[in-house]
Amino acid sequence: MKPAPFEYERPESLGEAVGLLAEHGEEAKLLAGGQSLVPLLALRLASPSVLIDLNGVRELDHLRLEGDRLAIGAMTRHRDVEEMAELRTRCPMLVEGVSLIGHVTIRNRGTVGGSLAHADPAAEWPSLVLALEGEIDATGPEGVRTIPAEEFFETYFTTALAPDEIVSEVRLRIPESPRVGSCFLELARRHGDFALAGVGALLELDSSGSITDARVTLIGVRDRAVRSSGAESVLVGARPDAEVFAEAAEAIDPEIEPVSDIHGTSEYRRHLAKVLVRRALALATERAGGV
Amino acid sequence: MADRRPITLRVNGQELSGSAEPRMTLADFLRDELGLTGTHLGCEHGVCGACTVLMDGRSVRSCLMFAVQAEGHELTTVEGLAAPDGSLSPLQEAFSTNHALQCGFCTPGFLIAVTEYLAEGAPGVDDEATLRARLSGNLCRCTGYQNIVTAVRDAAERMRRSP
Repeated sequence: MKPAPFEYERPESLGEAVGLLAEHGEEAKLLAGGQSLVPLLALRLASPSVLIDLNGVRELDHLRLEGDRLAIGAMTRHRDVEEMAELRTRCPMLVEGVSLIGHVTIRNRGTVGGSLAHADPAAEWPSLVLALEGEIDATGPEGVRTIPAEEFFETYFTTALAPDEIVSEVRLRIPESPRVGSCFLELARRHGDFALAGVGALLELDSSGSITDARVTLIGVRDRAVRSSGAESVLVGARPDAEVFAEAAEAIDPEIEPVSDIHGTSEYRRHLAKVLVRRALALATERAGGV
Repeated sequence: MADRRPITLRVNGQELSGSAEPRMTLADFLRDELGLTGTHLGCEHGVCGACTVLMDGRSVRSCLMFAVQAEGHELTTVEGLAAPDGSLSPLQEAFSTNHALQCGFCTPGFLIAVTEYLAEGAPGVDDEATLRARLSGNLCRCTGYQNIVTAVRDAAERMRRSP
C-alpha cells in the first residue's frame, strides 16, 4: 500500500460532507474522482489524515440543460458531459475541450468539480467555465455562495474557495444562436498529456458577418487559465478574416506568462498559443457560418 | 491506525467479500485479498493503464480507487472476459491471432479498455488516428502498438460478423 494511512469518511449528503470538512479542517482532503489526488497520495506528495469521499453524495451528480443554462453537479464525470448529445452541435468547444482531458478511463472517473477545485493551470475545465460565463457554487457551513468564474481561479492550484467550502455546482451559459461557432484546440506531446498550450474560442456573427461577441481563453500559458480581453476587443465589431485573427493572436501577448520546462520553452509556448488562437478563430468562424 | 473495513462487491458475476484498510487501492485488493492477479500494476499512479478494470461497465484505473469505494459495485477483471467454459472472447482471440502481445504485462489493461470500446460499438475504429487516440490510455513497451491496432480492428470485425 503506497498512500499513508488515513481515516475514511463517506458522507451521503452535501450537508454531512460540509459538517465533516468543518470538523476535520485542514487535516482533511475531499476525494472526488481521485484522478489527481490519488496519484499525489500514492507518491506521498499529500498525506491528509482524513479523506472525505464525495462519491456517495448523489445530489452532486446531475447534469441539466434548461434553455441556455447548463447546470453541472460537482460530482458529474467528464465523460457524462462529453456524451451529452445536445452539446455536440450546440457547443463543440465544451465537448472538444472535455474530450481532451486525459483518456477515456480517466474521464469515466474524473469529475467537473474536482477539476475546478484542483485548478491546474493546464487543465481544460477552468478555461471552459471562463469562456461560457460560468458561475461556481461553493457550499460551506454558512450556506451557498456563488462565485463568478473570473474570480474563482487565483494562481497555481489555488482558488477562491474557503478551506471549509465544497464546490457543489457550476452553471454555464450555452449560446443557442445558429450564428455562434466555437471550438477547443490544444497541443500536447502525447495524446492525453497536459497541454503545452490550449485555446478555446467562441464567436457570434451578425447577419452581415461581423463579429458581435467573442471569447478567447487560454490554458498552459500562465499560473491560471486566462480569458483574453485583449484578443476579444480586437475581434468584436470586426470582420472575421486572417488579418484580424493575427491581430487578435498578437493581443494575447501582455496577458500570458508561459514558463519554460522540459516540454517546451516559454518562447515556444507563446508562439504556439498564438498559432492556436489563429486556428481556433478560423474554425469557430467556419462553424458560425462565416467564411 | 486505520481499521480494516469489510467490503462486499461483485467481481465477474460472483459476489465476493474481503476486508481492507481504507488506503488499500482496489488494484491491491483484487490481487492480494481476492487473489485475482490478472489485473496488473505498472506505475501505481494512474499513467500506464495496466490495472484497468470495468466498474459498472465503465473502465476505471483500479490503482486510482480505494477498495472501500468499490463496495456494492459490479466489477469485471480480465479473468471475467472468457466464457465460463474457458473459450476466449472475440477480443482475446483477436489478440492471440494477431500477436498483439509480447511480454503480456500490459495486456489485461488493454483487453479491459478495448472491451469497453467494443461494447460502445467501436466508434471510429476504421480511422487510425481515432483508434490510436482511444488506445492512448494504455502503455505497451514491447509491441509498438501496431499489432494491437490490428487486433482491435479484427475484433470489431469479428463482432460485426457474429454479434
